[in-house]
Amino acid sequence: MNTRACPPRSQSAEPTPSGAPTVTVPLYRLAHGRTGDKGDISNISVIAWRDDLFPVLLEQLTEDAVREWFAPRRPTRVTRYSIASIAALNFVIEGVLDGGVNDALNLDAHGKALSFHLLDFPVPVPPELAAGLPDVHHQKET
Amino acid sequence: MDTFKAGCAAGFSGDRIDGVGPVVRTLIEEGGQALIFETLAERTLALAQLARNADPQAGYEPLLAEMLRPCLADCLNHGIRIVSNFGQANPPAAARRIQRLAAELGVRSPRIAVLSGDRLDQPDQLDYLRTVLPAEVDPRNVVCINAYQGAAEIADALRAGADIVVAGRVADPSLVVGPAMAHYGWQADNWPALAAATMAGHLLECGTQVTGGYFAVPGLKDVPDMHALGFPLAELGPDGDICISKARHTGGCVNEQTVKEQLLYEVHDPAAYLTPDVTADISQVRVQRAGPDRVHVSGVRGRPRPDALKANVFTHGGWLAEAEISYAGIQAEARARLAADIIRRRIGGILQLRVDLIGVLSILADDAGRMLQQHAPGGARDVRLRMAAAHPDRATAELLLREMNALYTCGPAGGGGVRTSLRPRLNSISVLVPRELAPASWSFL
Repeated sequence: MNTRACPPRSQSAEPTPSGAPTVTVPLYRLAHGRTGDKGDISNISVIAWRDDLFPVLLEQLTEDAVREWFAPRRPTRVTRYSIASIAALNFVIEGVLDGGVNDALNLDAHGKALSFHLLDFPVPVPPELAAGLPDVHHQKET
Repeated sequence: MDTFKAGCAAGFSGDRIDGVGPVVRTLIEEGGQALIFETLAERTLALAQLARNADPQAGYEPLLAEMLRPCLADCLNHGIRIVSNFGQANPPAAARRIQRLAAELGVRSPRIAVLSGDRLDQPDQLDYLRTVLPAEVDPRNVVCINAYQGAAEIADALRAGADIVVAGRVADPSLVVGPAMAHYGWQADNWPALAAATMAGHLLECGTQVTGGYFAVPGLKDVPDMHALGFPLAELGPDGDICISKARHTGGCVNEQTVKEQLLYEVHDPAAYLTPDVTADISQVRVQRAGPDRVHVSGVRGRPRPDALKANVFTHGGWLAEAEISYAGIQAEARARLAADIIRRRIGGILQLRVDLIGVLSILADDAGRMLQQHAPGGARDVRLRMAAAHPDRATAELLLREMNALYTCGPAGGGGVRTSLRPRLNSISVLVPRELAPASWSFL
């Protein structure tokens, strides 16, 4: 997988097949989430910051897209569950933890960090939507 | 009838132990019935079993006395029942320790219920397990096999007047389901009620993970006063509505985001969250702010419990060797890569080595090293090489430690800060067993 974050502020307009301009933003501007693990299965929640952002998640964060994003970790199966009432998706990603907490040689054998990899997933959105999304605000050092 | 309210003062073995005071004070001020401590992650139980093997009086939560000392008198005086899996691999010994603590503190002798039935070690149980375990599991390597028990016996013990219920392996949410059943008189087939109680328990069972712990991202998801995070409380109405809040006068926060993240934590199919008690369905759950640090959860649905119980089988898994060394300055990354290459050429034929370049690429990479291979060498100037390997034989695993240490003189220039660790590993698999194979029971100490 690409370990570089998609640039958080690269909002250059890119043409789409429909011709409408979009800008690409990292998923964390649309959603937050947390990883859990059971054996060699990781689950990652992706929760929209606002209800109106949920359709974008549904459209962009497909099972195939997520499998591709985690490809170097060789997931054997990705299942997406939708919980529309809380504007959330739950991804169950199997075979992605090198055996899980008892078997993996990874420092992070639980895969706790995997949600933050998914939160870097690049999502194309209309520029007017991007302008109003939450973002990291850096406090000036004093 | 009062609304049921429970607090949680530990989310795992190793959690902060100073969170209990504010939780108990809040339960007293607001009126609450139960205090839970969740101390039993999957591996914790196998480690506790190993401790019990070494000392028949050990094998329960090592911090048990420290956890209960600040709250035991208050709980006994105010009728707050304590329910926990801190019995781990030796609930009777934990119960005896609590009796001694009560005597030390000069409080009345509590009625302590001890749960049993989770541990599968009888000949008929092992005979059955041999038929379902994969062939690669060597019975001689088994450390312990424990079934996840449910809430029914916890509820029974509380109805019989227990002040404290000491369990080993029970499903984490059952720690809340049991006292809720006892409080409302719910039967074990009241699926909607048990499902709601299960999700209340699920939201409490990781302690501060619902009150701002494991949530903060500075500048994006800020959490106040994390040095003094408040532990959570859950109210559960007779209709199954849940309100999550936190102990008074503490740090942290409870908001829709913290609750939603914890609601889905370690959940697979949201329409079928399986426990020994019920099949809970949160596919249409609603989460709404109900005030400062107060969130309302509703719409949990319930269906009959699964027929089978889940059991975890732990086996000795050989040895895990880990070793690290640091490089800084010019060509630091290149020197770290060279060091890894040297070790690979010396022992790579004996041990499957994982290589991490901390500061370049580490925890997102895979054990086989595919990602590191694709990661073009760069110019990182502060890099820590970590290598790890596992092997059934201790001396073979130890080779990695010796090779890393030898880099002081035989490796690239300027390597420093070697740290090594060699630990026994545990392997685990989960199997399903029929309920009849693992009947649960309880008795007073």
